[in-house]
Amino acid sequence: MLTNDQLLHFYGRMVTIRAFEEKLSELFTTGLLGGTSHFCIGQEASAVGVVGASRATDWLVSNHRGHGHLLARGLDVSRVMAELLGRLTGYCGGRGGSQHLCSYSEHFLGTNGIVGGGLPIATGAAFALKYQKSSDIAIVFFGDGASNQGTFHESLNLAQLWQLPVLFVCENNFYGMSTPISKTIARADGASFEVPSGTSGVTGWVTPRAAAYGIRGTTADGRDVEAVYAAAEAAIGRIRAGGGPELLELMTYRLCGHSKSEPRVYRTREEEETMREHDGLAMLPARLAERGVPGETIEATAAAARAAVEEATQRALAAPYGGRADALGGVFEEMRQ
Amino acid sequence: MPEIYYSKAVNEALDEELSRDHNVVLIGEDIGKYGGAFGVTKGLWDKYGAERLWETPISENTITGIGVGAAMLGMRPVVEIMFMDFIALALDQLLNSASKLHYMYHGQVKVPMVLRTPGGAKGGYGPSHSQMLSSLLVGIPGLKVVAPSSAYQVKGMLKTAIRDDNPVVFIENKRLYPQKGFVPENDYTLPIDKAIVTSPGTDISVFCYSSMTPVCQAVKLALKPLGIDLEIVDLVSLQPLDRETIFASVRKTGKAIIVEEACLTGGVGAEVSALIAEHCLDSLEAPVMRVGAADTPIPSSLELEKFVLPQAEDIIQAVKRIRDYC
Repeated sequence: MLTNDQLLHFYGRMVTIRAFEEKLSELFTTGLLGGTSHFCIGQEASAVGVVGASRATDWLVSNHRGHGHLLARGLDVSRVMAELLGRLTGYCGGRGGSQHLCSYSEHFLGTNGIVGGGLPIATGAAFALKYQKSSDIAIVFFGDGASNQGTFHESLNLAQLWQLPVLFVCENNFYGMSTPISKTIARADGASFEVPSGTSGVTGWVTPRAAAYGIRGTTADGRDVEAVYAAAEAAIGRIRAGGGPELLELMTYRLCGHSKSEPRVYRTREEEETMREHDGLAMLPARLAERGVPGETIEATAAAARAAVEEATQRALAAPYGGRADALGGVFEEMRQ
Repeated sequence: MPEIYYSKAVNEALDEELSRDHNVVLIGEDIGKYGGAFGVTKGLWDKYGAERLWETPISENTITGIGVGAAMLGMRPVVEIMFMDFIALALDQLLNSASKLHYMYHGQVKVPMVLRTPGGAKGGYGPSHSQMLSSLLVGIPGLKVVAPSSAYQVKGMLKTAIRDDNPVVFIENKRLYPQKGFVPENDYTLPIDKAIVTSPGTDISVFCYSSMTPVCQAVKLALKPLGIDLEIVDLVSLQPLDRETIFASVRKTGKAIIVEEACLTGGVGAEVSALIAEHCLDSLEAPVMRVGAADTPIPSSLELEKFVLPQAEDIIQAVKRIRDYC
């Protein structure tokens, strides 16, 4: 059970993530950002709830939709923005960008541009943690789409065989880019595709796959940060106690396109409106108020988070780009003899 | 100096590094009691057990990724891919993770892993178990690629590769495993980024690596009575290439042949040939010649295989073309 302070803190983090993604979207229209970016608008609760249940030394491995995960870990907003803007002050000096962003000292082992690419890396990190007899665990985020990659099945199989301390977190947002899970995930019970319009009774699509490997799987409402936290906290506790790997499937919904400003021709505006009514971020002020948190405190938390994102963005925009030497050096680690 | 098999030299290097550094672990299929498909890890299971030798399911991409993740957290995993052909299944983790992480994370991480794999044809293994895929790997920035040709080289270089802080693809060779060579008794290492002039000569530089080095040595002996003195230069490191040693040899002899077991098109030979053209044109007295496998899948039949793979006779023909030109 979260305290009021914890829930308020989570709310602040979720507002930061939402404001960050909206700011990015705005920057794309100005032409200041190159390439692409995958926003997690609507999915803030799954990131904040899981990372909130981890400890700072647990290793996180993220995916292509990773801004929520790294901001939930508390990475510096301005350095993240600078990285996305390709500036030298970014976490990776502008080399990595959105899909290759790492902060090793904060145990954030990287976003990943290959769908399913992070699963073996997290499994390897968990292998090292077990070998080194560490009490830290590895946590890897991936989407419903990645559960169709071979690496998902190979990693679950190996993690269970070797009893590795890893939490596999599937953020199921019902679409792999444009394709609904009903077209991509075969299932035994013939359940039909249904977006989670309510706040309960969610059906897992990836969880049954964990059972095939003898891995405990839990399905939770990924839009409800309290439900996410409770499920993650329980799973992490069991893993840390030596219980082996687990899978957590968080049913969520992205209230935006797959990337940048795509027109979402594959789903109806009605479906989106229904889902917007269950936005995990929008539901929080009322819940906080019910718990007795004063309205002005809730508003001040949100306002402070938004202002911090704006201020961080301005600092990032003023940061310098690297030069030729920054682009060409450091392909290999120099050996210290 | 004891004379040991190439496979035993690999085994000794693994043994010595396992004993030297607790962060070294072996990961691969059938590497335990069975001793590996080619017997390379024989005996290590009895000595080090399940804590250091991690036998895996047949999941090449994931075991490579496990190596990457473990290496980033301070271990020195040595991953075995049973046949080089299977590297196709591990290529995503090699190409999109292992090789790039140090650069794209701006030096925050290092990936000190070795991916050992035997390439090349052993005779009759057929299209998916015989390939020398060196050219597939040398164009990937951030990977070191080496292909030692003797027991001496393979032992000294594998130890260096394991101690290197970068990902190294270590190409062994099925045809070389049963070949014997002398190795020093002491603990020695060899640099993995230097070519070796294995046999100095004056007339034509012959650049080769892996299984082709002993073949080129034999050709050298066969041509000696005809008054042709080949200089055999083992490239050893395919990425990076030791340009200085290559150029020094060409400047001495004025003639060059590159011999490899990989397919001719887009091969290491093409790269070396281009480098020579760019940097040594003034020294050249004849066209640069390449000898490699035909651009054909490798047939299973022993009788057919020899028409596809480079033979000693092909090298002799290249030598004769150069001689006729001069």
